[in-house]
Amino acid sequence: MFLITVQGLAAFALITLAVILKKFNVAPHVIHPMIRREISRAGIQLLPMFLFVAFMLGFLVIGQTVSVAARFGAIDYIGTVMVTVVMRELGPLLAAVLILARVGTANVIELGTARALNEVEALESLGIDPVHYLIVPRVIGITLGVFSLTIYLVLAALVSGYLFVFLQNVPLNPGDYFKELADSMNWLDFALLALKSCAFGFFIGIVTCYHGLAQPLRLQEVSRVTVRAIAQGIIACIFIDAIFIVLYLHL
Amino acid sequence: MSDNSNPVIEMRDVVIGAVNDPAFVMLEKVNWAVAPGEFWVIGAPPYSGKSDFLMTTAGLVPPVDGCYKFYGNETRIFDESRLADRLRMGFIFENASLFHHLTVAENIALPLCYHKNLEPAEGAKLVAGLLELTELKPIAEVTPANLPRSWIKRAGLARALMLQPDILVADNPLGGLEARHVYWWARFLDELSRGHKALGGKPMTIIAATDDLRPWRGANRRFALLKDKSFIQLGSWDEMASSSDPLVKELLATPAETVDAPR
Repeated sequence: MFLITVQGLAAFALITLAVILKKFNVAPHVIHPMIRREISRAGIQLLPMFLFVAFMLGFLVIGQTVSVAARFGAIDYIGTVMVTVVMRELGPLLAAVLILARVGTANVIELGTARALNEVEALESLGIDPVHYLIVPRVIGITLGVFSLTIYLVLAALVSGYLFVFLQNVPLNPGDYFKELADSMNWLDFALLALKSCAFGFFIGIVTCYHGLAQPLRLQEVSRVTVRAIAQGIIACIFIDAIFIVLYLHL
Repeated sequence: MSDNSNPVIEMRDVVIGAVNDPAFVMLEKVNWAVAPGEFWVIGAPPYSGKSDFLMTTAGLVPPVDGCYKFYGNETRIFDESRLADRLRMGFIFENASLFHHLTVAENIALPLCYHKNLEPAEGAKLVAGLLELTELKPIAEVTPANLPRSWIKRAGLARALMLQPDILVADNPLGGLEARHVYWWARFLDELSRGHKALGGKPMTIIAATDDLRPWRGANRRFALLKDKSFIQLGSWDEMASSSDPLVKELLATPAETVDAPR
């Protein structure tokens, strides 16, 4: 069962990639506005929530770090901890899980309902490729959504981290804090952050769309496939995260 | 009117499987030819495989076995390479299967805007014409969830006609309709069959499945029956109406006293 699912997801991912490349300019007046709508849904509309979470994350990480680091006199490492924890790990993963919960769930339900109500067959009867019409805008929207929201989340968390330092009267001026951050980052962090967030977004899109659309469904099965899709989405993100940790360690 | 030497659809020994489980055979050895301009009515009780039969007829689902020809070309399913063929056939689903996130006008405009790459405003004139023709104008901006079944079905018809197909396949189009809608459909499909002026005047080939044969009385129609996994051709209305087949009498709702009582 596990292998069949992995095989199905891999085939679905390849088909989606092929359709994105082959049909990017097919019916742009219909598809491109849908892509913009999906970017808005998986990105712009979630920005206020992400900024709130980012501020909380910054407080949380710095709060814990300050209390531990102060005991060992290692306040100078706050910037390094922020980069390692927020930029490399928590930021992208949290962004992915939040988008999976907010947009991925809606995706499975919408597509599962469309499948159960024969809308996929209706598209085929009109000569419209269901992958092009239903999947491509969602996958592109979620991929760009995770990518851009991860960046906003990381930036806001790093700034809010300093706010916490300031409020706690830790002897660290802004110049030193941001210098520490800059010193702790290298080009690999930026490249892998971009790659990782795009990979998270792409696979969240693929897993949720696959479960909503790839198999014939009845309406009463939609809730079951939604739960399965979200669980598999989280597993996919953690698996991708593990691959990137290996990459970090070897590059 | 019909030209039997060049059928638009031809089936030879076609085996039809269930849409959701092709391994489950719904119909065996279907032999059938549809000539251009013919109006076929397929009588079938519920769960006899009429949707599966129509979806195979429309090239949406491949036959399990046998030879299926569309305009003389053997095919299994209309994939990407057969898009031009695909667009010659309009399909109306039993529940219309309108896209629930689009309004009636957007549903109807979608095939036009997609295949001709038009902005909604560019296709608006053609869409307005079809809305007028199908009397859908007052509900053009309503989403399907807020419409009664009769109007949803009519919107499904308008969407299927948007690209002016040569063949129209309709799955139980009169099922569950109010009486005045039944009358409207019967008249409109007849006009399409003869060649509707507003749609270019070309006679359209029509295939409709039904679980009630009564509203389909008409001289220019041909009838067939799906029964016991078989496709049975019955001929004209008069030939069909004179059939002694109990299922035909059921689908015609013949009064009980004229049906042989079971022994």
